[in-house]
Amino acid sequence: MGFVGWILRRLAWAAGLLLSVAVLNFSLMHMAPGDIVQTIVGEMGGASEETMAQLTKAYGLDRGFLDQLWIYVSRVAQGDLGYSYYFNRPVLGLILDRVPATVLLVFTALAVAIIAGTFLGVMSARYPASWLGALVTITALFGFSAPVFWSGLMLLLLFASVIPILPASGMYDVAQGATGIAYALDVAHHLVLPALTLAIIYLALYSRLARASMIEVLGSDYVRTARAKGLSENKVVFKHALRNAVLPVVTVAGLQFSAMLAGAVLVETVFTWPGMGQLAFESILRRDNQLILGILLLSAVLVIIGNLLTDLAYRFVDPRIRTDG
Amino acid sequence: MTRRLSIRAALAASAAVLACFASGVFAQAQNTLVWGTSQAPRHLNPAVQSGIATMMPGAQIFASPLRFDDKWNPQPYLAESWSFQDDGLSLLLKLVPNATFHDGRPVTSEDVAFSIMTIKANHPFSSMLAAVDRVDTPDPRIAVIRMKQPHPAILYALSPPLCPILPKHVYGDGIDPKNHPKNNAPVGSGPYKFVEFKPGEHIILEKNPNFFIKGRPHFDRVIFRIFKDSNALLLALERREVHYVPFWSDLASLDALAKKPGLLITDKGGEAIGPINWLAFNTKRKPFDDARVRQAVSFAVDREFITRKLHAGRTKVATGPIAPGSPFYTGAVETYKVNLERANKLLDDAGLRKGANAMRFAAAVDFLPGNNEQQKNVAEYLKAQLKKIGVDLTVRSSPDFPTWAKRVGGHDFDMTMDSVFNWGDPVIGVHRTYLSSNIRQGVIWSNTQSYSNPKVDDLLARAGVERNLDKRKALYGEFQKIVVAEAPIAFINLLPYYQVYDKSLKNLPTTIWGAAAPIDEMRRE
Repeated sequence: MGFVGWILRRLAWAAGLLLSVAVLNFSLMHMAPGDIVQTIVGEMGGASEETMAQLTKAYGLDRGFLDQLWIYVSRVAQGDLGYSYYFNRPVLGLILDRVPATVLLVFTALAVAIIAGTFLGVMSARYPASWLGALVTITALFGFSAPVFWSGLMLLLLFASVIPILPASGMYDVAQGATGIAYALDVAHHLVLPALTLAIIYLALYSRLARASMIEVLGSDYVRTARAKGLSENKVVFKHALRNAVLPVVTVAGLQFSAMLAGAVLVETVFTWPGMGQLAFESILRRDNQLILGILLLSAVLVIIGNLLTDLAYRFVDPRIRTDG
Repeated sequence: MTRRLSIRAALAASAAVLACFASGVFAQAQNTLVWGTSQAPRHLNPAVQSGIATMMPGAQIFASPLRFDDKWNPQPYLAESWSFQDDGLSLLLKLVPNATFHDGRPVTSEDVAFSIMTIKANHPFSSMLAAVDRVDTPDPRIAVIRMKQPHPAILYALSPPLCPILPKHVYGDGIDPKNHPKNNAPVGSGPYKFVEFKPGEHIILEKNPNFFIKGRPHFDRVIFRIFKDSNALLLALERREVHYVPFWSDLASLDALAKKPGLLITDKGGEAIGPINWLAFNTKRKPFDDARVRQAVSFAVDREFITRKLHAGRTKVATGPIAPGSPFYTGAVETYKVNLERANKLLDDAGLRKGANAMRFAAAVDFLPGNNEQQKNVAEYLKAQLKKIGVDLTVRSSPDFPTWAKRVGGHDFDMTMDSVFNWGDPVIGVHRTYLSSNIRQGVIWSNTQSYSNPKVDDLLARAGVERNLDKRKALYGEFQKIVVAEAPIAFINLLPYYQVYDKSLKNLPTTIWGAAAPIDEMRRE
């Protein structure tokens, strides 16, 4: 089976996965007490029984569970993610408004974690007994054990209050209303803290991984051969050893992409970053079911894409995997 | 990417970031007010929705017939004059000649009539305009509100947060006003006009150059920024990414805020909103059907401890169903000063003797999720405190509002902490909790206590239509005395509303509606 067959099979799995995500989440949301009518009425400041009944009917919540589920799944199958009764807007538009912020945050954090983590791991593998090795180990331990909301708040305090060089919240300065390059710079400025916070945990993990596998690879025969050829140490490490050493990092990064999306919820809340995580969190509290389901579905799609990219990355990093199909 | 390229890219990226650092805090346009809030509105139309989240921007976008000063006196706004006629059965409003909507069309009595009837049909406070029969429009500048019975509360019902005048030509197109698309992009006649609304993120308003009060407002733009995390809001305020935060609710941080250079705090304004933090009993459930049990619980609560310790001295003790700012408030009621001996005796008298484990009975307390300081912490304090009088109390938490609303609205609770608001006239926000006709299944903030006393029903019915202020005060005085004595609710404390602001800001909204009223006079010096 070639590359196309491989892709097709992955897509079929993805479709099955998405269907189960939709059904499972729909059932879970249905089991939670209370519904969107309570939220809306609560925020309105109360309402009569008639109004509540009218809203329940308008939102289709008076139908049976299977009925609601069928309507939802068949709509999703047609590409209609539904309607957020809370915001009185289509779900797709609300999510698409938020996706770029989350994708920017998660991918920046992922890139920072992989690149810096690998680099630190490799350096500490080259000089295992040095202070650098010890520093990477300690940082890794610390970064991995600190909860993300705590490290986020601490970074916030340090760089937004004690040394106020970074903005405290948001994705861009609304009051300034910059456009073009100024806007991009403004976003980059706002991105530093949240991305760093999210990256710290994974950076720690990846540096440990890279260090361990680098030490192993540096002990292997082909590295000894490369050294025997008289190659410089830099060439040996970065040209020959790195490709093999980085494989476990890529595997774990792929696996953890979903965890990172979940971590983004906390980071987005701490930094008022207008992403999907924040929207998901609030929607759950409000029982805005169609919006939650839409976000979960789109997150599942993102995770599937992330895993697909991981597999593709394997094929790129280690050509031997390409033949597996 | 080759290594050299990636190094170059990394250098370019760091240069970009450094450039950001170098520029430091971006200079903010002088005439923009950034208004921070932890309250995210669902939409921006206060005609069909209560709550300060919608009222704050709503009062800037829409104008109302009347506004109020800081002593509960009505002041002209869209109506330059008003007068009661026909023994209080009609209220004549004469509109200002020069008011226009943000789309340029004039504000007429047709719009006033349309708005009042829309609010009557859709606003959750059904008692607010229930007495209104119709609104006549003999002239484009004259609106006459015709009522079925005298309704002195009508003046408060015409306030900025409760009576936005909607353009009939926009909202009168037959679409359900509760779900009208223009609720997300409203057109009003207030001091600021709508520019952009990103739900959960921000609202941008800009100056209405044709505002009917000349020389106002003073900011070119007002931006509402919504914060989910109170620490982030605090930092943003400290860094002046935000200049103004009314309705500051995180009391623990107030002392720290007060020490920040250049920031000022005031507790003035907002008296009409009248938020009361209370403990409500389900009077249909044993043993809370016995007034002595409810009184015992009330006597066991040390309100001084709650306000001084739990709320860091930033709240005041509540004494009854009407908040002290109101002209109808009376302090001449049972004060329930903490008295464990008396509480124990009341429970003994009610036949609830202490059992083997020194406990008399078990019960659960719910609380409104979201504000730990006012709700959860007080509920947990109650658990410890009521143990002293032999009540084995469980704190039953709700993960979110719908869960709590389902339980309490469904009368499935023993007692619950709650925060309920007066909203100006008692007819609007007080009656609903005590009228036996308002015991409704599944409806939150109705009489979920199932409290029923014909005397109270009668007092409220008479007070609602009484035109003589002194007589009205006397009726409400008697009502407060009875309700506090029978204790369907143990009143705990008043929620304070602090406004935190940069010291360059002047003329803050300190009227009875606080920042739920227009800030057309607010300016920066």
